[in-house]
Amino acid sequence: MAADVHAIDGKIPAPDERFDLVVVGAGTAGTDAAIDAAKVGARVLLVDENPVPGAMIGTDVPQFFGGRATAAVQQQGRMVEQVFATNFRLEEAFEAGVDVRLGTVAWGLYVNGAAMRALPEPMLGIADAERAQMVGFDRLILATGARDIALGFAGWNQPGVIGAQGFALLLTRYEAFAGRRVMVVGSDRLGLETALLAADRGIEVAAIVEIADAIAGPADLAARVAAIGIPLLAGTTIAAASGGADGVERVTLTRMSDDSRHEVECDTIVLAIGVQPATELLEAAGAGPGEAIALIGDCAEARAPVSARLTAWAEALGRHATDDMIVCQCEEVTRADIIGVQPPRYLDRPAPMAARSLATLAADGPSHPDQIKRLTRAGMGQCQGRRCRDQVRCLLAKADGLPLDRVPVASFRAPVRPVPLSVLADWDERPDMTAGWDVWFGIPTQWTPYAVIGTPEEAEHVSGLGGNMHV
Amino acid sequence: MSRAWAAICMSDAGLPNGADVVVIGAGVTGLSAAWWLARSGLAVVVLDKGIVGWEASGRNGGGASHYQSPLFAEEQRLWPQMDDLLGYPTEYARERIIIQRDPALLDHYRAVGRMCTAMGYPVDDLDSRQAQELVPLTDETCLGGIHLRFGGHANPQRTVQAYAWALQDLGGRVIQHCQVSTIETKGGRASAVVTPRGTIACDALVVAAGPQTEALVAPLGIKFPLAAARAEMIVTEPAPLMKIGGVDGNGLYGRQTLRGNLAFGGGPHEWISTTPEGPPGRPTSPLTRNLARRVAEMFPRAAKLNVIRSWAGVIENTPDGRPIIDRPADPGNVTVATMSGVGFGLSPASGHAIRDLVVDGACSFTDIAKLSVARFAGLEPDWRERRGWAA
Repeated sequence: MAADVHAIDGKIPAPDERFDLVVVGAGTAGTDAAIDAAKVGARVLLVDENPVPGAMIGTDVPQFFGGRATAAVQQQGRMVEQVFATNFRLEEAFEAGVDVRLGTVAWGLYVNGAAMRALPEPMLGIADAERAQMVGFDRLILATGARDIALGFAGWNQPGVIGAQGFALLLTRYEAFAGRRVMVVGSDRLGLETALLAADRGIEVAAIVEIADAIAGPADLAARVAAIGIPLLAGTTIAAASGGADGVERVTLTRMSDDSRHEVECDTIVLAIGVQPATELLEAAGAGPGEAIALIGDCAEARAPVSARLTAWAEALGRHATDDMIVCQCEEVTRADIIGVQPPRYLDRPAPMAARSLATLAADGPSHPDQIKRLTRAGMGQCQGRRCRDQVRCLLAKADGLPLDRVPVASFRAPVRPVPLSVLADWDERPDMTAGWDVWFGIPTQWTPYAVIGTPEEAEHVSGLGGNMHV
Repeated sequence: MSRAWAAICMSDAGLPNGADVVVIGAGVTGLSAAWWLARSGLAVVVLDKGIVGWEASGRNGGGASHYQSPLFAEEQRLWPQMDDLLGYPTEYARERIIIQRDPALLDHYRAVGRMCTAMGYPVDDLDSRQAQELVPLTDETCLGGIHLRFGGHANPQRTVQAYAWALQDLGGRVIQHCQVSTIETKGGRASAVVTPRGTIACDALVVAAGPQTEALVAPLGIKFPLAAARAEMIVTEPAPLMKIGGVDGNGLYGRQTLRGNLAFGGGPHEWISTTPEGPPGRPTSPLTRNLARRVAEMFPRAAKLNVIRSWAGVIENTPDGRPIIDRPADPGNVTVATMSGVGFGLSPASGHAIRDLVVDGACSFTDIAKLSVARFAGLEPDWRERRGWAA
């Protein structure tokens, strides 16, 4: 049997380093797991992307930081000290022999499957500010936490609209939250705990807003919130947020029942509607947990709000927005653009486009958020769809007349964190990778000009020009 | 397709009973053919196991510069008109540049350029300075290149959707999530296609179902040899727009999108098995890093840009890497097509050729006899193993 020198088989190098256990995420669950394994003699790597570089925080990666980080996050050295200081168990992890690497993202998980058998073994791609590398593992624990669910409303696309996870991270691990007075959106456990955390850290809480007629979270938490004088506004939604150059300054609230309005001053709106498990490494790998890969902590236990609840939130918050509301902030895609599956603004919108919509697409059979992404560019930007993924899904469910849980989520792709080309690059490429590299399949006959096929010149042409003729 | 989706699709009773032409495969080739057929006034139904352009047609470099093809002149004639003809944007942009930093590759592409010029497609040589002027993201490590005064690039998914919409505007139908299980024959001709959602009768059939075509047409006695492979691309955040976005080189193909993103692929592929349901997945591999290196080398001034995604597509190839576009004598009403991994750019013309075969029995604008399926009649049964293409 011949070998195809242009195929990938055997060319993916073994990982640069190997560990008995790799843990992604140095929160409580991840740090504990790393320490426990190290104490019984395992060789353990614990990576955590915090502190996230200031520039990345500015693009709402990996959490919805909402432009409310102080300038302190630009000082990476200081932030490393800060992250250590706010997780005392990291010291213990060091002492137990865990290889702790902060400021290190896990950007890609690779496992063999039916459509890929070329890997010598499962591996995880990690990167710090300088370089990327691949690490092998006997066991991988993902303790990657949860990600914010962001839903839009009039004025949500300005600094000061933040997710509960991003808010908590800035407050507790970075101590770099730039706001003073917040409004919390959502009264489930997440919303109530967010308000209590804010109050505990000396941040004034203007109110908790809830669309349902009653507070959704546990009564004891609601009582604690009420006891410190935080107004709980049930049956209420946001009509609009407005502000100035520094973002949010006030919110117009409206009662669900009679649309009566009142204004509340605040510099930050914390979206505490819900979270999703941050399992994008697995999703991008097309793999599930198994013997070698486990999920722990929030990424195993967090539950997104039930479909009906999330849909209700999306509709209530969107009710007072006009269709020119930006849904995808990176690519400036409006709600009307998505509903109308319109191309980006730099392209013409010829007359027939006006008749196209999510609804006409649905008539061809249920569409997929990735299709909407490719047509409208919503979710194609630098935040990798973090802020708009759930909104696009809600719009698609509505257009298709399907419950939200019947609509897939836009796919995640490696690198699941933005990584610069020069950092991601493999600068020590294997010689056989280099030698067998062809622009396309390396089939010389593919490029034979049609007129030459079957003529005496054909063989000469094929051998003379070879592969690498893709133009 | 998820089970939930399958249930929804199964419950849909909107399947037509019949059509003049049924097209299996809502990729770029099948949809272009369907659009051309509908332009001729035929009632056309396109069936797909998934969503339009979901496989290689919507996941490729968007290149439209395939000088080697007999369809190329027609493609070049049509591309500048496609937005108007379809009524929907394709993001088509003209011309291409190939730059190199390796002297041997530069010589190689200069030879390709001379060949293209001799064929009537003019190519200019670029020295390092000229290349840097045209491609501001490169630097003095670029030794030079060639400037194709022809060809271009477009947006794959947008174009595929444009074909589908244009077809619908002419009364054609696109039915997604409707996998064809068998082709029925009657009196030696294909009479209907059978799907889990119902049977659709047809006067003529076009099969352009990518890797799935081989198994679909085998029961008709058509030997249609294909091997499928997975190939990968990466995408960066937007860079400042270059005047010509269709820049290849350093072992890569791809384009700068009109938004500014650099989307590039190249390098090794992996031969995989597919099923009637399609490929078992489209994962990317750590090849992402080798692609990142080559993009960073080709565009040193963009090396600090973030890579924000990667993707893989599954592509079928014939044994000689050339297309099959044919309407075999038996059964006489079935036209089969694969573009063997080079289909997107040629799609305006491949659809025209297929339309001609279906309606007139012969291609009206160029000779495509050498693309017939008969050339593989004597193919060894172990042809994949002989080439190292076995999955």
